Amino acid sequence: MPKNARAVRDWPLWEIFIRSDHGLAHKHVGSLHAADATMALQNARDVYTRRNEGTSIWVVRAADITASVPAERGAFFDPAEDKVYRHPTFFTVPEGVKHL
Amino acid sequence: MYTQMVDVEAAGAASDEQRRFDEKLDRGVTIEPKDWMPEAYRKTLVRQISQHAHSEIVGMLPEGNWITRAPSLERKLILLAKVQDEAGHGLYLYSAAETLGVARDELTEALLSGRAKYSSIFNYPTLTWADVGAIGWLVDGAAIINQIPLTRCSYGPYARAMTRICKEESFHQRQGFDVMVKLCAGTAPQKAMAQDALDRWWWPAVMMFGPPDSASPNSEQSMHWKIKLFSNDELRQRFIDQTAPQADALGLVIPDCELRWNEARGHYDFGAVDWDEFYRVVRGDGPCNRDRLRARVDAWEEGAWVREAALAHAEKRTRRA
Ligand SMILES: [Fe+2]
Ligand SMILES: [Fe+2]
Repeated sequence: MPKNARAVRDWPLWEIFIRSDHGLAHKHVGSLHAADATMALQNARDVYTRRNEGTSIWVVRAADITASVPAERGAFFDPAEDKVYRHPTFFTVPEGVKHL
Repeated sequence: MYTQMVDVEAAGAASDEQRRFDEKLDRGVTIEPKDWMPEAYRKTLVRQISQHAHSEIVGMLPEGNWITRAPSLERKLILLAKVQDEAGHGLYLYSAAETLGVARDELTEALLSGRAKYSSIFNYPTLTWADVGAIGWLVDGAAIINQIPLTRCSYGPYARAMTRICKEESFHQRQGFDVMVKLCAGTAPQKAMAQDALDRWWWPAVMMFGPPDSASPNSEQSMHWKIKLFSNDELRQRFIDQTAPQADALGLVIPDCELRWNEARGHYDFGAVDWDEFYRVVRGDGPCNRDRLRARVDAWEEGAWVREAALAHAEKRTRRA
């Protein structure tokens, strides 16, 4: 291993979210390493918007994200499972009735 | 379909988790970073994705060699943008590998110490400007054929990285082909330069798809895991079928006297590949292996103070905030 190679810890990991100009919300596009938020923004611009993919960038330290647990997916999302009446298609509309 | 697992750990736990994993593969649902996965699947992916990332990074060197000597300002800008894209590809892929629980540090270390492999094509030298054309046309062309199926691979972050990469690769291939078009329409020495580049890059490009299926022992498992969707030989054939007519259009001759269209097969037949050369280069004895690694090690060492200073600066600002 070359000298110095392990002298410095990895820069922290940042998750990158980009909004394109089509009225969509910010979307996760990937991650990168940077020493601080300013550098993360600059790097995100160079890595993820070389072809005008975005008009706004959010950077979030990966360590600051709390995510749901995949293994608990079943129980966690269970409350939404049995409420089919939340979808309009649950209800039958009488023949000929419009604008519902 | 259930395939015998190669690692003991997973075989022992032919568990609910394993069944759920297999089911997802069958239904074409992507596997995501925090999902349960067999250890051998994870390891294979780390190896494959990081090798791929290393290839993008080392791949900047042969072309970087020509940035200052490109024949016009426009060509310089185009080549600069192309090489910058390759850096981006390396970064997308390192990020994808990191979602599997390896640190960037470890991946860098594996490359710099010579333990990790990268595509052997980048151990060939770029002797003339025509080589930049041949690389874009053939090497990026082969990469596209390799990578398009991977946009549908089973591991989500890898598939998404490949989607971004494939969108950018078409520009790479077109700009390379354009260099060849201009050279072939030029003076006799310019055309000869294009032919010479094709002569040197053709076989290494054909080798980019890896050893023949008969000598590719891990392929079957990878295909079951859907991190490889077509065999090496299938992809190689596709490359040759696509590229041969392009060489005709340029008026160049592919250096393979057995290359001819086979009406019955609906494919081009082609001559034997020198696999000894391939293994020699993979093992480290290609024309530029030492140079390439040296360049990466130097870049890493010369950048050490920058990495250190940036981190110290960020920490100081956090303390003051
Ligand atoms: Fe690339
Ligand atoms: Fe490329």
